Amino acid sequence: MLNFPRWKVWGISLICALAVLLGVPSLLPPSVDAHLPAWAQRIHINLGLDLAGGSHLLLEAETGDVARQRLEAMEELMRTEMRRSRVGVAEVSTAGGQLSFLVRDPAQLDTALIWARGQGQTVGIGAQRDWEVDNEGNRITMRQTQGGLDLAIDQAMAVAREVIDRRINALGTLEPTIIRQGTSRIVVQVPGLQDPEALKALIGRTARLEFKLVDSTVTPEQLQSGRAPVGSQILPYAEGGQGARIAVQRRSIITGDMIADAQQAFDPTDGTPVVTIRFDSNGSHRFARVTQENVNKPFAIILDNVVISAPNIQEPIMGGSAQIRGSFTVDSANQLAISLRSGRLPVELNVVEERTVGPELGADSIRLGIIASIAAALVVMIFILVTYGPFGLFANAALVLNGLMIVGVMAFFNATLTLPGIAGFVLTLGAAVDANVIINERIREELRRGRKVIDAIENGWKEASTAILDANITNTIAGALMFYFGSGPIRGFAVVLVIGIITSAFTAITVARMMVAIWARRTRPKALVL
Amino acid sequence: MRLLKLVPDNTNIDFLRWRMFAILFSLALLSASVFFLATRGLNLGVDFSGGQMIHVAFQQPPQLDELRERIAGIDVGEPTIQEFGSPREISIRIPRAEDETVEQANAIATRVRAAITEHYPGARIDSVETVTGKISEELAWDGGLSLLFAMLGVAAYIWIRFEWQFGIGGLVSLIHDFTIVLGFYSVTQIDFSLNAIAALLTLIGYSLNDTVVVYDRIRENLRKYRKMEIEPLLNLSVNETLSRTINTNTAVLLAITALLILGPDVIYDLTIGIFVGVIIGTYSSIYVARFLLVPFGVGPDSFVPKDPVSRAERGAGRNEGFDGAQV
Repeated sequence: MLNFPRWKVWGISLICALAVLLGVPSLLPPSVDAHLPAWAQRIHINLGLDLAGGSHLLLEAETGDVARQRLEAMEELMRTEMRRSRVGVAEVSTAGGQLSFLVRDPAQLDTALIWARGQGQTVGIGAQRDWEVDNEGNRITMRQTQGGLDLAIDQAMAVAREVIDRRINALGTLEPTIIRQGTSRIVVQVPGLQDPEALKALIGRTARLEFKLVDSTVTPEQLQSGRAPVGSQILPYAEGGQGARIAVQRRSIITGDMIADAQQAFDPTDGTPVVTIRFDSNGSHRFARVTQENVNKPFAIILDNVVISAPNIQEPIMGGSAQIRGSFTVDSANQLAISLRSGRLPVELNVVEERTVGPELGADSIRLGIIASIAAALVVMIFILVTYGPFGLFANAALVLNGLMIVGVMAFFNATLTLPGIAGFVLTLGAAVDANVIINERIREELRRGRKVIDAIENGWKEASTAILDANITNTIAGALMFYFGSGPIRGFAVVLVIGIITSAFTAITVARMMVAIWARRTRPKALVL
Repeated sequence: MRLLKLVPDNTNIDFLRWRMFAILFSLALLSASVFFLATRGLNLGVDFSGGQMIHVAFQQPPQLDELRERIAGIDVGEPTIQEFGSPREISIRIPRAEDETVEQANAIATRVRAAITEHYPGARIDSVETVTGKISEELAWDGGLSLLFAMLGVAAYIWIRFEWQFGIGGLVSLIHDFTIVLGFYSVTQIDFSLNAIAALLTLIGYSLNDTVVVYDRIRENLRKYRKMEIEPLLNLSVNETLSRTINTNTAVLLAITALLILGPDVIYDLTIGIFVGVIIGTYSSIYVARFLLVPFGVGPDSFVPKDPVSRAERGAGRNEGFDGAQV
């Protein structure tokens, strides 16, 4: 147990030195750290949002949206295709989450069925398709399969992640972390953000922009009842006061994906904030054609299913750009411009959890955490020293080494330090003593039994190691479960706890033993104060 | 140099003699905990009940009544307003309304923030936590599961490592510690949040860590002194490991106390739970975990290989012991 060949001593010392060195960049003040080479700066402990300050948002998608949109898109496609193949359809319904329609002429049933069966793709490895087609007489029903829907949701979430990424990046030099979680959630973490309101406004907006012609044939009674004639729809009108509505044609002239650019600007006539948009070539052509054909008729600018303005087409607009007026402030116009530039979200996202910590509170927490950690280390070390004397020095050396190694290992894995993590660190400083206590108590016992000093030390270590191992395993189990089930800050606690258990076992069992062995070999103690 | 010995050498305290007191003490603590949990319950934080928690640092200590009125005035239900660490720092807790939508919850947060910055210029909003109903249910569920698995996991580990009696002894002492710490959260009405779950998980790992070291010694002694009766053997094991238990836990308590006094208020709910847990855990590993082994029938046979040869040897050994005692 106390036999340490030279190569082992060197090996252990090397491991310790390396682990401690890894921690150095994290412990240096930022001003010094900035001068280190890039590779050294990468070996760093990340600060959790509760220490760095910032916002954590958990977004959840309305997955029902995806199913509904797919259904609507399929209905649209079906109508277009059937019109093109001159198949008459009737009784089209999307009730109950499935598309069903009647083919008027039984002779054309096959044409329609072949088209319907040709829709969609296979999902995954199996033979399942994303649409299931059935017919009962002349009635064809198309149902979305779960596999198809899951795939669509997955794709929508992937796009949503991209869109959010673009929107947050447009806010400037933030370093957001955007991660998908589970099937329908996205975690957004933005460090150093004081006010998350702007961020939430930016993320929360679907930004589905459409230009549609106003249907002026609709009577006020129809508007009142909300029942629109075929081919039209009734939407709320933001400018028209409380409860105002407006009827528009279902078909869009322009959709959000035809936008090449959007910028906040000021209206040259009265200086109010507006958003100017520029269409891509497809959009420009369509807009030019429609405005030519509909001079002196109003069209509606619709954002997320609300009409935000309905200007008259005074003359054909050939330039491929348009201006959106609404009751904007500079900020809200700017947000809308960013949202439009970054594309629309394929699903609506809701903020279901928000945790924001101000940078000042985070800085306070760090300061108090460091003070508490140092104080804790000092009182523990004094206690160990008065309890175990010279042997306490070894234990204390192991303790300091343990603290530095935790920092080093965390830096190596780029682990995140949270506020509960600091508590975990302090707890570990106390608990790491345990292994040394177990060993020293054992040695005391062996000495009392009248063994010689070297034998007592030797035996003490041998007998204590199973107890140390067992004791650490229970803590590891608890720590692992904490990591698995816990969220952000608690995970930080678990990480420190588990790393601390490993480093403290190493420092107490190996390093402290080596120090004692070297000491015993040099001094050949005959008696031991313990 | 004289060294500090919290526990003198060769202690021989007859812990078993005080067993009845310990049982009464434990029962009293347990029933008080259950009583408070049943009547007052836990003061569930936003993590588990949903709603909002806003921490504000004001420039001057605000009039709490005035603040309460101003916040209640914006139609957010019944806000709970408390000092948080210092009179300048206030925590505002807004409960989640029934079937509140996400937008409504967010709108409320925005209004509260706006009201504070309007009425108290210079006030600094330190943190905002908003948890909707669905998420709080998930967090509560996950928290409960993690506690359950942790308990079963460690008990199973002890069972595999030792004998089933030890596993049960460990589990019971764990439930004992756990209930009392929960009772502590209930009596003090300290926010029961994710931090409290972390404290309880730490307690599970930690209280059993103590128990394991002791069980290890009991096993060792069972093998060493096969002729000794179980009760004196437990007493001996307690005494032998006493200084370890006391010294380690003193070190941990010293560290945690430093954190309680000097550390940030934000994790007070975590550290206080660990603090109480360590104290209860120390007590229970001396009394609850060990002496539970007696009724479960841990005896001199518990760690002897079960093959015929050794059984015969053991029989012989036992007779000798019996003879010896008669002489």
